[in-house]
Amino acid sequence: MRSAFKTRNIMLVFLASLFSIPLFVVLGSVLFPEKQIWAHLYDTVLFDYVGNSLSLVIGVGVISLLLGVIPAWLVTMYRFPLSKQLEWALLLPMAMPAYIIAYSYTGVLDVAGPIQTSLREIMDWQYRDYWFPEVRSLGGAITMLSLVLYPYIYLLARAAFIEQSVCVLEVSRTLGCNAVDAFRRVALPLARPAIMVGLSLVVMETLADYGTVQYFGVSVFTTGIFRTWFGLGNSLAAAQLSALLLVFVVMFLYLEKRSRRQARFHHTSSRYSALMQKQLHGGKALIALVLCAAPLTLGFIIPVMFLCDWALETYLVVLDKDFYLLLFHSLLLAFVTALLAMLLALFMAYSNRNDGSLINRFLVRFVSMGYAIPGTVIAVGVLIPFAWFDNTLDAFLRQHFNISSGLLISGTVITLIFAYLTRFLAVSINTVEAALVKIKPEMDEVAKIAGLRPVSILKRIHMPMMRGSLLTALLLVFIDVLKELPATLILRPFNFNTLAVRTYELANEERLADAAVPALAIVLAGIIPVIMISNSISRSRAGHE
Amino acid sequence: MNNTIEIKELSVSIEGRSILENISFGLQAAGIVCLLGPSGCGKTTLLRCIAGFEKQHQGEVWIKGVRVSNPAHQLPVEQRQIGMVFQDYALFPHLSVADNITFALNKQSEKAVKQRLDELIELLSLQKHINKYPHSLSGGQQQRVALARAMAPRPGVLLLDEPFASLDVELREQIARELRLILKQDSITTIMVSHNQLEAFAMADVIGVMNNGQLSQWDNAFKLYHEPETHEVADFIGEGVFISGEVINEKEVKTEIGNIQSFAAHGVEQGKKVSVLIRPDDILHDDDSRMTARVRDKAFRGAEFLYTLELESGVRLLSLVPSHHDHPINEPIGIRLEIDHLVIFPEEA
Repeated sequence: MRSAFKTRNIMLVFLASLFSIPLFVVLGSVLFPEKQIWAHLYDTVLFDYVGNSLSLVIGVGVISLLLGVIPAWLVTMYRFPLSKQLEWALLLPMAMPAYIIAYSYTGVLDVAGPIQTSLREIMDWQYRDYWFPEVRSLGGAITMLSLVLYPYIYLLARAAFIEQSVCVLEVSRTLGCNAVDAFRRVALPLARPAIMVGLSLVVMETLADYGTVQYFGVSVFTTGIFRTWFGLGNSLAAAQLSALLLVFVVMFLYLEKRSRRQARFHHTSSRYSALMQKQLHGGKALIALVLCAAPLTLGFIIPVMFLCDWALETYLVVLDKDFYLLLFHSLLLAFVTALLAMLLALFMAYSNRNDGSLINRFLVRFVSMGYAIPGTVIAVGVLIPFAWFDNTLDAFLRQHFNISSGLLISGTVITLIFAYLTRFLAVSINTVEAALVKIKPEMDEVAKIAGLRPVSILKRIHMPMMRGSLLTALLLVFIDVLKELPATLILRPFNFNTLAVRTYELANEERLADAAVPALAIVLAGIIPVIMISNSISRSRAGHE
Repeated sequence: MNNTIEIKELSVSIEGRSILENISFGLQAAGIVCLLGPSGCGKTTLLRCIAGFEKQHQGEVWIKGVRVSNPAHQLPVEQRQIGMVFQDYALFPHLSVADNITFALNKQSEKAVKQRLDELIELLSLQKHINKYPHSLSGGQQQRVALARAMAPRPGVLLLDEPFASLDVELREQIARELRLILKQDSITTIMVSHNQLEAFAMADVIGVMNNGQLSQWDNAFKLYHEPETHEVADFIGEGVFISGEVINEKEVKTEIGNIQSFAAHGVEQGKKVSVLIRPDDILHDDDSRMTARVRDKAFRGAEFLYTLELESGVRLLSLVPSHHDHPINEPIGIRLEIDHLVIFPEEA
């Protein structure tokens, strides 16, 4: 008993240290100031990075709030044409990585795109005769990111609205509130903690974005890190810039925590009478429909339509042997990572269950922090120590044995998987832990009393209860890896391509139509977890169909 | 029409199922009525219909001389001048006790709000809690906050939905009596809903017993117990059994435990077969009595036993007996009848 206890703890400490290497490398880099580079950055682009990142975060935050909260309220409280369908469909833009929607709209709205072309034809204008919003701009990036990130807020706001006791809303009506007052004075303040969590996810994703801002030529931290490393050739300064970005992330997370103060409101009511959705008619129904349909149409339907159109044009050319190899690589990489993440999560969650000491809980939470770190930052934090390890080993072997090990792990798939795990382990840990909480210790005790041995308990009680959640954990990480762009871009082995990277490459070669097939493949894969999430929240509330 | 609240021939059906049928009653200012009935009898629907959360397909609701609803027109909830306390109180978790109570007073001057708040915390003894948040209050404190919040805007009528259901059983009757005092002190017209007769007895001036969407009887507690008008009311209120009998004359019914005489006979024809209600307090234990019954079951209630007794014929009776008369099961004991209120219903075919 005692030795098992120790081994498990040592393993846990080891894993926590392993997956915090990237974080410590990045933070540690500030101890070795690169004065020259920073003087240069300060004189040239640093204020652009800070200013643009801030504008991006504020812009995306405000628009996502509007796009997320209003439809969430409307579909929860009212019935209007298509409201039932919109309830889940509003989540669909989640399946669309920001860089893909950016490519799509560039194809649609650019000078050579169908809209401007037809405008010129109809109005008989020449290029530059007229004003047209430039999609490749800060404003464009804000719009693109908002259109695919608002579902985080929608999801959490809707869950919060559904969770609220109807009684609280009804009582506000008996106290003289009309529907709008009830929303403003009761429902919204009650949902605020959940909405803030959604907003913090949006902010994290916005700061982590590389594909969109790079394509639109907006200088922010992530593009700056790339440029510093590959343009200026200074990995240390890139790491320091990453540390600065991390400070930004932590600052926003802190603001979010503070604004919530208490983690959540204790619901005073546990009674859930069925939600009474009010039927809207005429003009009101139309306004509700437009408000809810707009984010879905702009964030999913239009870009998917154009992607499909381009894919139909190009699939004969694009679907060659190289593409299938690429697809195979992507799926294999995603699957292996997801499986490893699930196994590690299982180990950690069970360690926590059997020994929920403060230190264990802290270690597991610590490993989960990786999700808040942008992929670019993780890539920098992985590449530096791995390259150092390879070089040191190589030098040592050469000196003493006169053999060269070359680059042993950096530049291999192992590096890539390690980076993915650092970033996405949190996803599987959360899912597995949530499932494990449902298996009450009393159930184990009942089984023990019934004479079941530990293996049988695992097989007959835990596995059947966990199966669904393990599948979810597997799938969520799988999709996240499939979509991941910046870390893959930096860390992938030479000549090793994934769907996301190929999409990026084709778009950057101005071959938007050719990028449509891999982009659609990513979007289609992304739809699966969206459907799963949608189902699970619909089931979460008794009395709500 | 002097009544503060008037319900006229109200019928409600939800999704084609009839929930309420032809309900009518009126309540004068400062009166307290309790709608009493088993779950599913429609009492909560009636309350929600008065509040405006449900629509009727027939009938009218009048509050303070204003018709607030008929099938064609429904005044919105917020314009009906009602206060409502929900079963679980539904306090706003994001607001302090003071902010909960003054929630509806947002259009009044600061001074007026302060004054009303002071009155209410005084009336409901909430002085120590005004800055706390709902989750830190006990069930009884939460109930008082909910009550204060509902009373704050001085509603025309106060609606209470199972107000004691979330409280500990031991506290319910005591709190019910306190609540009655508070409501009377502020002269508040109140309609309350409950499935618990003891709460209803403790709170209400008048009780409306409901069954299957209909109002079975509208009376005070004493009359409901001793003079139930229907078989269902007799069954629902208090304990008791029915035994068969035959009407001899206006004041006398013949049963197997003897002839029962009472002044309160209903106009039933001579020679008719009837069911006679026998309450546990109608059967007295008497060792000298020649009539005996065998103990079949007994429940200890502290001061007394509730015995289930069986006659020779197999008919069972209930009897409340002081608890120092501890008889083992199967022992025959002497019994005597003492019936003040004869309750009979025509025997069902």
